[in-house]
Amino acid sequence: MSSEGERSGTGGDGGEWIAAGDGKFGRYGGQYVPEALMPAIEELTDAYERYVLNNEDGFMDEFRRRIREFGGRPTPLQRADRLSERYDTEVYLKREDLLHGGAHKLNNALGQVLLAKYMGKERIIAETGAGQHGTATAMAAAHLDMPCEVYMGERDINRQRPNVFRMKINGSEVTPVTTGRGTLKEAISETMRDWATNVEDTHYVIGSVVGPHPFPKMVRDFQALISEEAREQAIERTGDLPDSVVACAGGGSNTMGAFHEFVGDGSVDLFAVEAGGSSLAVDEEEGVAPNSASLSTGSEGVLHGARTKLLQDHDGQIVESHSVSSGLDYAGVGPELAYLVDEGRVTPVNVDDDAAIEGFHRLSQEEGIIPALESAHALAYLHEQHEELGEVTVVNVSGRGDKDLESVIEETTRRDVPNAPDMSMFEGGL
Amino acid sequence: MAEDRRGDAGDDRSAGDPVADAFADGPAFVPYLAVGDPDYESSLAYVEALAEGGADVIELGLPFSEPIAEGPTIQNAVARALEAGMTPTRFFEFVEDLDVDVPLVCMTYYNLIYQFGSGQGPRPFVERAAEVGISGFVVPDLPAEEAGPLREACDEFGLHLISIVAPTTDKERLEKLVEVSSGYVYVQARLGVTGASSSVSDRTGESLARLSDVDLPKAVGFGISSGEQAATIVEAGADGIIVGSALVDIVAEGHERGESTEAVADRLETKARELKRGALDGYGRRTPAPEGTSD
Ligand SMILES: Cc1ncc(COP(=O)(O)O)c(C=O)c1O
Repeated sequence: MSSEGERSGTGGDGGEWIAAGDGKFGRYGGQYVPEALMPAIEELTDAYERYVLNNEDGFMDEFRRRIREFGGRPTPLQRADRLSERYDTEVYLKREDLLHGGAHKLNNALGQVLLAKYMGKERIIAETGAGQHGTATAMAAAHLDMPCEVYMGERDINRQRPNVFRMKINGSEVTPVTTGRGTLKEAISETMRDWATNVEDTHYVIGSVVGPHPFPKMVRDFQALISEEAREQAIERTGDLPDSVVACAGGGSNTMGAFHEFVGDGSVDLFAVEAGGSSLAVDEEEGVAPNSASLSTGSEGVLHGARTKLLQDHDGQIVESHSVSSGLDYAGVGPELAYLVDEGRVTPVNVDDDAAIEGFHRLSQEEGIIPALESAHALAYLHEQHEELGEVTVVNVSGRGDKDLESVIEETTRRDVPNAPDMSMFEGGL
Repeated sequence: MAEDRRGDAGDDRSAGDPVADAFADGPAFVPYLAVGDPDYESSLAYVEALAEGGADVIELGLPFSEPIAEGPTIQNAVARALEAGMTPTRFFEFVEDLDVDVPLVCMTYYNLIYQFGSGQGPRPFVERAAEVGISGFVVPDLPAEEAGPLREACDEFGLHLISIVAPTTDKERLEKLVEVSSGYVYVQARLGVTGASSSVSDRTGESLARLSDVDLPKAVGFGISSGEQAATIVEAGADGIIVGSALVDIVAEGHERGESTEAVADRLETKARELKRGALDGYGRRTPAPEGTSD
């Protein structure tokens, strides 16, 4: 694969110059953006090569120091005792929920804001779905003293108010996006418009392994800390590699982060869990998919700068996606993940909204960990398929669920969730 | 740039390349509308009104659900057109139904071109476009780096691929762009997305100067909304002006106020005349006396 030999997680091992490559993962990837952005993308590719891949000026050393001291890495790989007992397998949780800000998103946000600083950029913009990436970027920007503006769909603002507050409290502007259904897809389009206007002094901190080259590789490299640690921790704890790694996939950043260092380990099965929503069907007439399962059900196309797997109608119009968790609610997915799926290295699977809510309550009750609704999808898959996952499974808990409490109360009361506590005391709102 | 595509293509496409002809004598007025906005029938009348008003080339926007290079005006137009049922198939019917004698350029995003004919690449779309009489394409999310397959299909069917040059495009990128470009160069007058504005960017002159060696007509777009602006830009050396949002605004206003198709078409035609007139005035104002277009 084209990305081999470019592992940059370890940064400057001296000598050899590492190139960013052509941005293609098989048939996927590329740079489908307006010409106005291309010089900035060339500049970014150059900076990615120098600072991230080749550790120029000690960039990667500083990144690793800051993600340790400010971010709280390494995160633990925790054995989930009750789940292990329930499923009669060894279940380990990679606790990205314990990272500063409460999700894996900080790995990438801190990396990119720091890179922007090295590049001499003066302003940070970002899009956010669940608000976790926006929050992480706002925190990184405050930490590194950069002004920051975050675009967020109106619908997501309503679903994720705690994160909106956090972004503002950290000094970022939050700009509502009202086009379309007001979710992540529209927020990304709007951030690209801002970037096209202010490209000369602004860096766009893209929130997942999506977008034009070099973003998918660069974001993966920052997130690869997850699998770098998990791999070592698993070997330390069990004496061997795990049999499987399970992670939820929206854009796919925690998925790629959790998988990257295992891709070369043929014995480890990799499962990307998508949001099955309420159904896997697509309503072409209405232009909506009641799911966000672009790896499982999508087709190849070009969106937001890359060729990848998308939810689209047969004309190529992008359809509106759906998930109970706003962080998974996106019609596309990272090109590298699409490639690894085609190659048979990653297995795309999905669970529906109901199962995710159950998974949320299960982890909360049985392990005392309130997971993000996104991560709850990975836990729901573990619940449904634990017999297929081998003896040792690592589940990436990509984030914590504090941001989701309002949604969970609402969604739990709307349906019949067998393992939910009595929510009646919350009637009338929080 | 002796090997520019206009020269190459001109040989096997006979003397009468309609796009080249449109720029041949005097400045070209190139209006844009989103096709199907607010509905199919009105949209036909609106495009025909632009032709009546003096359009030399018309850019027909094929609506895509994620128009990342457009400002609010065109985003809303695209949403109205999609809502009213515009699709690539309907778009080609629209072009067949149009009664105008002006070269037509299709402006759209790459995914629609790529998916037509079940995702086999750009060729089926280009073939169909050639059949209905489209002369070329503007694809805002397709930089030179990714333009190869579409360029190839365009060459096969004798269509132009018009590149956008931005204020950020430097000499090196310009060379890459020119290699895949034909027809004319779309000079983006300012950074950002489409949208009418009240002042003309002073980066236009800079951009035109940078393009002085490029042997293709230069049409300037982004933000032009009045005859006076058109004049200023042509006076600065542009071979043509591209106007989108200012015209789409007229469609949107008419739609919001519930005006008749004829009334809106009339206003479009009047606006078109103003813009064309402005372009001609600017041409007349050039000093020293106009020497024709850049070649
Ligand atoms: C906690 C959490 N997990 C997962 C995701 C999905 O993103 P990705 O698939 O890019 O990791 C998000 C996105 O907001 C998130 O907040």
